[in-house]
Amino acid sequence: MPGTPFEAVNRRNGATTVIDLEGDVNRSAQAALDAVFEEAMTGASRLVLNFTAVDYINSTGIALIVGLLAKAKAAGLPLSAFGLSDHYREIFSITRLSDFLTVHRDEQEAMSAT
Amino acid sequence: MGLFKRRLAPRVSTGGLLDEVRPAVPTAQTSVVEIPEHDPLHAYLLEAGGPVDLTKLALDSPAVRDLGAEKVELVVPLINQGELLGTLNLGHRLSDQPYSTDDRRLLESLAAQVAPAIRVAQLVRQQEQQAKERERIDQELRVAALIQQTLLPRDLPKLPGWAINAHYRSARAVGGDFYDFIPLAGGRLGVVIGDVTDKGVPAALVMATTRSTLRAVAPRFDSPGRVLAEVNDTLQADIPPAMFVTCFYGILDPSKGEFRYANAGHNLPYALRGSSVTELRATGMPLGLLPGMPYQEREELIEPGTTVLFTSDGIAEAHSVDGAMFGLPRLVDILTGQRQGDGIIDSILLDLDSFTSGGEQEDDVTMVVIERTSSARRSAGTFAEGDLRSLVAMSFPSVDGNERLAMDRVAEALADLDISPERLEKLKTAVAEATMNAIEHGNGGDPAKTVDVEVLGSEDRVLIRVKDHGGGREIPNPETPNLEAKLEGLQSPRGWGLFLIEQMVDEMHTMTDASHHTVELVMYRNPSPGEP
Repeated sequence: MPGTPFEAVNRRNGATTVIDLEGDVNRSAQAALDAVFEEAMTGASRLVLNFTAVDYINSTGIALIVGLLAKAKAAGLPLSAFGLSDHYREIFSITRLSDFLTVHRDEQEAMSAT
Repeated sequence: MGLFKRRLAPRVSTGGLLDEVRPAVPTAQTSVVEIPEHDPLHAYLLEAGGPVDLTKLALDSPAVRDLGAEKVELVVPLINQGELLGTLNLGHRLSDQPYSTDDRRLLESLAAQVAPAIRVAQLVRQQEQQAKERERIDQELRVAALIQQTLLPRDLPKLPGWAINAHYRSARAVGGDFYDFIPLAGGRLGVVIGDVTDKGVPAALVMATTRSTLRAVAPRFDSPGRVLAEVNDTLQADIPPAMFVTCFYGILDPSKGEFRYANAGHNLPYALRGSSVTELRATGMPLGLLPGMPYQEREELIEPGTTVLFTSDGIAEAHSVDGAMFGLPRLVDILTGQRQGDGIIDSILLDLDSFTSGGEQEDDVTMVVIERTSSARRSAGTFAEGDLRSLVAMSFPSVDGNERLAMDRVAEALADLDISPERLEKLKTAVAEATMNAIEHGNGGDPAKTVDVEVLGSEDRVLIRVKDHGGGREIPNPETPNLEAKLEGLQSPRGWGLFLIEQMVDEMHTMTDASHHTVELVMYRNPSPGEP
């Protein structure tokens, strides 16, 4: 199958869990993403999605991120993101995802934001 | 089912069932006795309906003899809906008493409960086997479609003064059609169209062999007849005896319009000049049948305004629901009714689809159209204003992930056009989404149905046409998704595709007919005055 296989890994940075994403965020990412996110939510006070190694997000991927956002919201955990290309920053803005999830340039900016 | 019927699945082996729970004789010793349908015992058991004492049965039956040899004395038929599923076979009673009326009644009621249970088990097993078989066939079709798809040309040649178009639509059982364009020395172009007998994976593999042999041989000889003769000799040694390949091969010199060709038993191409249609006729045997075959060589001059159509037999041999054949005369009629090369493929497909009116496509449908445009004024990358021209046409099987392939191929096709990287990214996202909708919704994820993607360009815009083979149900109007409702869990998190497409491109058009959805994506090459 064309495309890059998806992987997600949690990384603790103080009270923040950074979720490093890699590959294509599409339907086949669902199981791995949901599992890692579930784990990330335990014990963290906020969550950050790292999109640096992602170069394809489709509408199913957008739906997955909406799902994550809903879970974080229900748990009262702030969720933010960094490492999106200009194209996907624009898509996050068009879909209004960025109204609910702050999009930062890079990890440093994401970590220094309160 | 016949297999189950004749096997006596449940063996209560020789021994007094009613006296002792433990088996009187080691069960491993028992063997299966078959009661074939033509054996008199079969009818007798069905008729009796209950326990039958074999020792008192005078029947000239091999099965009775076999059962006797196994020391079976009492046979209890297991009958379900008039069908003999098996028997309970009992041997000599341990107490040496004959089987009593109570024994028989108990056995009869046992048989009445066992029979339907066995029947259900048989049906379940049968269904499982059928499901496995279907899965195997689907898998094979996917493999065949993939081989085929991978080997058809990614891009169509762009020659100044020429318009080259191709269309391939696979049948459910992929048919082994192929076409190819081989760049040759001196700017000449080898044109191939062929068809392998047989279908599925074997046909796809022979198609792959033929294609690579042709590609290896073509650059070595200037004579198309010689090329086919060489390919024939190589293939003949390699391919299975029952298979062969029909193949037309021609060498086009685009600067002069000279087209030299030879034909290994393939459908004759047509040359269309104004309203006159002529055949490109050359004789030769199909490839792979006999070694050392000669191939006649002919030459045709293709003047400006002339169009040549190459087809596979999937068109002329298509049937309507009442069994009529599409036929070559009808194809010629379409051609003569055609004013220009543009749109020939669409006209034929439209007529073919209305002729077969929704019946399943029996064979692959392949067409290649080579048109010498009226002058060399039009060339690659420059367009007459307002005049869209096809740059690339591609088909992808409906397999998850192929939307990325479509996206990348469209981007490749647009590489030379002046679309800014930002706008190209947007167009790519729109193409991927439209293709994904076509795969999932239009074609219902059926890998045998293709998503056809065509890239057209003009002076001021590009247009991507994404077509599925679904149709019927209208594509809904894109709505702005309600993110709040989605976050509250009041709506499905999905439903972004059409909205995204509409946001990404300058124009989106959708069309639905009985058998296709078409989505057209338009992007202006230099942002239009209307662009905010």
